Amino acid sequence: MEPFHTLTGVAAILPAENINTDAIIPTRWIVNSRDLGEGLFGVWRYRPDGTEDPDFVLNQMPFRHSRVLVAGPNFGCGSSREEALWALMRFGIRCVIAPGFSDIFYENAFKNGLLPVVLPAETVAALSERLAAGNSHELTVDLEQRAVSLPGGMSVPFTIDAARRQALLDGRDEIDRTLGLTADFERFQSDDRLNRPWIYHAAKG
Amino acid sequence: MVSRKLRISTLHRPAAPTTLFEKIWNAHVLADLGGGEVLLHVDRHIIHEVTSARAFANLRLKQRKVRCPELTFGVVDHVVATRPDRSEDTNPAGGGFVRAMRRNCADFGIRLFDIDDPRQGIAHVVGPELGIDLPGCTLVCGDSHTASNGALGALAWGIGTSEVEHVLATQAIVQRRPLTMQVNFEGALAAYVSAKDMVMALIGRIGTAGGTNHVVEYAGSAIRALSIEGRLTICNMSIELGARAGMVAPDEVTFAYLHGRAYAPSGAEWDAAVAHWSGLVTDPQAVFDREVNIDCTAIHPQVTWGTSPQDVIGVDEIIPDPDTATDPVRQTAMRRALDYIGLTPGALLAGTAIDYAFIGSCTNGRLSDLQAAAAVVRGRHVAPGVRALVVPGSTSVRRTAEAEGLDRIFLDAGFEWHQSGCSLCVTANNDVVPPGQRCIASTNRNFEGRQGPLSRTHLASPASVAAAAVTGRIVDVRALMAGNGS
Repeated sequence: MEPFHTLTGVAAILPAENINTDAIIPTRWIVNSRDLGEGLFGVWRYRPDGTEDPDFVLNQMPFRHSRVLVAGPNFGCGSSREEALWALMRFGIRCVIAPGFSDIFYENAFKNGLLPVVLPAETVAALSERLAAGNSHELTVDLEQRAVSLPGGMSVPFTIDAARRQALLDGRDEIDRTLGLTADFERFQSDDRLNRPWIYHAAKG
Repeated sequence: MVSRKLRISTLHRPAAPTTLFEKIWNAHVLADLGGGEVLLHVDRHIIHEVTSARAFANLRLKQRKVRCPELTFGVVDHVVATRPDRSEDTNPAGGGFVRAMRRNCADFGIRLFDIDDPRQGIAHVVGPELGIDLPGCTLVCGDSHTASNGALGALAWGIGTSEVEHVLATQAIVQRRPLTMQVNFEGALAAYVSAKDMVMALIGRIGTAGGTNHVVEYAGSAIRALSIEGRLTICNMSIELGARAGMVAPDEVTFAYLHGRAYAPSGAEWDAAVAHWSGLVTDPQAVFDREVNIDCTAIHPQVTWGTSPQDVIGVDEIIPDPDTATDPVRQTAMRRALDYIGLTPGALLAGTAIDYAFIGSCTNGRLSDLQAAAAVVRGRHVAPGVRALVVPGSTSVRRTAEAEGLDRIFLDAGFEWHQSGCSLCVTANNDVVPPGQRCIASTNRNFEGRQGPLSRTHLASPASVAAAAVTGRIVDVRALMAGNGS
C-alpha cells in the first residue's frame, strides 16, 4: 500500500449527503473492465449520450485535477465495492474530507492509502466556504501533523486513530503482519477444533 | 504472546453480562494487535466472481496460498445471466469473470457452486440454505449484504477486496470492536405486512447512517415470530442502516431450519452443536450502546419515494415536502431525489404508474417471498405495458418453487420466470431498467442509476411488488386483496 504523509492539491466540493458507492463507481464500469478513473461518478459526470456534463464539478477547471474531495455526511455508503476507492485513486484523489463515512468505505480507504478525514459538519461547511471563496481551490492535508490547512492561513486539526495513522504513514502490508502471527492462529484452531469440531468437520464436504 | 495473556484474563474474569455479539466476538479473538485492533478467526468465507478477482490476482503476484480452502466457498451470482437458456457468455461481460472464478477456485483448491450446479445461487441465499452459515460462526464475504447471514445467529459482515485477499491468505481478519445496538420489534404484523416492511420502517426511522459502526441485534416478539427467511430479509438490510452487521439470537426456529442441511453438522456433532448454540443469547442484564423500539402493529406496507432506502413511507401516505425538512443538506437531498424520481411532494405515492416489477435478490428472492408474491398474483394478470420478472435467489429456490407450481402461477399471469442470480438488483448481468422507466422492486437499493442509467426504483415487499405488477401502479396490497384496489 502506498504510504500517505502530506498532500497539497485542488479540492472539489460535493456537499450531498449519503453519496453511495454506486454513484462513485457505477456497476457497468466495473463489469465492463473500463478505466475506473473515467467511470468515477459516472452517472453524474456524463450525460445519457456519453458526453461530459459541464455542470458537474469534476468536469470543470481546476477540479479536473482534484486530489481531495470535500463531501457530505455518510460518504461511501451502500455497496462494499472497493472499486470506489480504486476509481477515486485512479482519478488522482488521495483524501476525502467529510462529516462521516460508511464503515466499509472507511476500512477500504485505509487498505488503499486514501486518507478519510472526519470533521464536524460545521467545520466541513466552513472549510468549503473558504475554499470556494479562494482563488487556488487548494488545501494541504498533513497526516503527520493531523491538520488540514488552506493557503489563507486557516488550519483545522483532525483526530485519527493512532494505529490507523501509523499504518498509513508506513504503507504497512497487513497480510505480512498477520502471517507473522501463525503460532497464534494455529493455537486458536487446535483449541477450537476441540470446542467446535462441526465448524471444521462439516466444511469437508 | 499477548493473545495468550488475553485469553487467560478472560477466563478468570467474573462473568459479566454480555450480548450475543460480544460472546461471538470474544470467542474468535486469536490475537490482540494493540491500538484497539484484534485479529479474529474467520469460520466461513464466501467469495463471488466480482470482488474476489483482484484478491486472487494479488495472491498470485505475491505467491501466497489460501490458508483454509476447506472453510472457503465460491459462488457465481453477480454477472450471471438469468435467461432460461443462459450460458456463461449470455452476458458478454460475464464470461471472463466466471471463467476466472473457475480457474481461481481450481488452482487454490476451493469448492465452487458453478453456473450449472444445483447449488448455484446468490451468496446470501446459498449460505443459509446449505447450512454453510451456522450460529456462532464468523462469516465474511466481499459483499455488503453479507449481514443477511446474521439471521442464524452468526456474526456476518461485508468486506472489501483487500480484506478478501487478507482472509484468503490468513483465514483471519483485523477488526476494531464496533458498538452495539438492539432493535426491539414488538407486536403482531397486520396481514400483507412482512419482514421487508419491518426493516424498511426501521431504516425510515433511524436513517441510512443510523447504524454506522454498530452491530445490531434484532429482538422482540415480532422477530421471534418470524421464519428464518423473514429474519434473513431483516438482517440483509442492516447495511442500509449503515450497520456493520445484524443478527438474531438462534432459537428452536433456527435449529429446525438448519437440521439436515448439506453443511450443517449431523449425528452426535449436531447435538453438541445445538447445546453450544443454545447458549448464544444476550444475557438479561447486558447493556447495548443504543436501543430502538419499533411497534409492529403500526407498520403499513412500506414503499420508497426517493433515491435512498431512508426515503420511505407507508404506501397510503403522502410524499413528503422538502420544505418541511429543517436540515439544509437534507432538504437539498430530498429535492434532488424527487426531481430524479419524478414525483411531486404532497401527492399520494399510491397510484403512481410503473413500467417494471422485479421480484428477486438476496433481500427477497427466497421461497417464502415467491409464495407471498404468488398469493397476490394468483388469478390475476400483469397490467398492460408492465414488464414483470421473477428471479429466484438460488437454483434450489427455483426448483422448489417449480415443484410447488409457483412458476405456472407467475407465467400464466404474464410474469417472466428466470434462472437464479443478482439480476436487476445490481445490473451486473446486463439486465437493466431503461432510462426514465419506473421499477418497483423487492430489492435493497433505490440509488440513482442502480437499476440502469436514469432508472427509477421503488423498494417494496414481494407482495407489494406483485400487487403493483397486476394493477400497473403502486398500490396498497391490503386494499387489492380486500377487493377494492384494482
